[in-house]
Amino acid sequence: MAEVNTDDGGGHGKHGKKRAKKSSTRIDMTPMVDLAFLLLTFFVLTSTFSKPKAMEISFPADPKDKKDLTKVKNALTFIMTKDNTIYYYNGEFYPPNNKDAKPPTELIKTNFSKDGLHKLLLDRYKPTLEAIDALEKRYKSKEIVDTTFKRLVNLEKGNKDALTVLIKADDKAIYKNVVDLVDELNVCLVGKYAVVDMMPTELELLNATNK
Amino acid sequence: MPKIKMPKSNPSLDMTPMVDLAFLLVTFFMLTASARVSEPVIVDTPSSTSDKLLPDNVIMVTIDEKGKAYYNINNYDVRIKTLEKMGAQYKVEFTDKEKKEFAKMTSIGVPMESLKKFIDLDENGRMAAKSPGIPLDSLNNQLGDWIQFGRIEAAKQAKTQKDKAEKIGREFKYEPIRFAIKADGKANYIKVKEVIKVFTDKEIYRFNLITNLEKGNE
Repeated sequence: MAEVNTDDGGGHGKHGKKRAKKSSTRIDMTPMVDLAFLLLTFFVLTSTFSKPKAMEISFPADPKDKKDLTKVKNALTFIMTKDNTIYYYNGEFYPPNNKDAKPPTELIKTNFSKDGLHKLLLDRYKPTLEAIDALEKRYKSKEIVDTTFKRLVNLEKGNKDALTVLIKADDKAIYKNVVDLVDELNVCLVGKYAVVDMMPTELELLNATNK
Repeated sequence: MPKIKMPKSNPSLDMTPMVDLAFLLVTFFMLTASARVSEPVIVDTPSSTSDKLLPDNVIMVTIDEKGKAYYNINNYDVRIKTLEKMGAQYKVEFTDKEKKEFAKMTSIGVPMESLKKFIDLDENGRMAAKSPGIPLDSLNNQLGDWIQFGRIEAAKQAKTQKDKAEKIGREFKYEPIRFAIKADGKANYIKVKEVIKVFTDKEIYRFNLITNLEKGNE
C-alpha cells in the first residue's frame, strides 16, 4: 500500500522532514546587466545607419541629335585640369586668328575656394538668383502657393537667358573635381548645366595656358 | 536631544527596469543592424551636399582609384538570370551551385573568362584575389553586356511581379531600375567618362552619382 504521509506540512519536531530552506526570489542581476550592456555597446558601435547618398545627374545624348552647345546664349565654360585647377571663359570660344576677327578667348584661372568658384557663380548668376529671391518673398508673404512657387522657380532656372554652364575636363582632372563643381552648381541653384567633351581648339589653348 | 537615526538603506537596488531597457535597446540594434557586405574594393567617394537617398533598385558600377570598373546588381533572382545570359553570350557554363554563390556576392570586377574561377574561390580567396576590372572597350564591351542583360532581366522580373500582383488583385508599384556610379574621388575623370559612355551607348542618360554627405561648412 502506498505510504501515508503523516506529516502535516509543519515539519515540527525532531523526527519531522527537513524543511526546504526558504530562499530569496531575488537573483543577482549584475552579470546579466553587464552582458546586456556589452551587447548594446557592440551593436551601437558596429551598426551603420548611413545609407549612401546620391546625386542625380543627366548626361547629354549623342552629339548627332544634340544642339550646338558652342552657340549657347550666356554660356560659362569651365575646364578642369590637374591640381584642382579650374579655368573658365565667358560666352563663345574664339580660337586665335578666327574668321570673325574677334579677340581670341583667354582662360581665366580659379579654384574651389569660397572666393573663387562660389563668388564667380553668384556673380554671373545674379539675375536669376534675384528673380528667385523675389519669388521667394512673394511666397513667404503668401501671395503665391508652393506649387506655383516651385513652378515659377523652375521656369526662371530654365529661362533661355539664364546662365548655362558647360563642364569640360581634360585627361588629368580627377572625378572629385567634377562632382565638386556640379555640387557647387546645385548649391547656387544653377538649373542649366551639362558635362560635355572638350573641343580640340580648347585643348590646345589649355595646354598653352598650362605651361 | 535624541540623535536622528538615519534609516539603514539597502545598498542593492532593483535593476529590473534597467535590464528591461538594456535588452530593449539590444533587440532594437540587433534588428536594425545590417550585416556589412564585403566589397572587393574600397572606394572613397567624394562628398556633396545632396541628401537624396540612393534608390534600392539599382545597377551599380563602381570605379576604383585606378579606373577599374566593377559591376553590381542587388536583386538575387535578377543576378542569377543575368549570369545565365552572360554565360550564354560568352560561352561559359555555370553550375547551379555557382549561380547561387554568385547571387550572394556583391560587386564583381573580373572578366567573364576568369569569372568561373573567381566564383569557385571561397570568400577569403575572393578578397585576396586581385580584380582586374571588367573590360569595357569597344572590342570587348563586357560591362555594356552586363548592364544590358541586368536591365532586361530586372524589367522581366518586374513584369512577372506585376502579373502576379494583378492576379490576386493587388496594386503593384513599379519602380524602374536606376543606374548608379560609385567612383573614387581620386579616379581619373576620363575613366569615369568611359563608363558613362558605356551607359549613354545603351541610351541611359540619367545617373545617380554616389557621394558622401558633406560634413558641416568650414
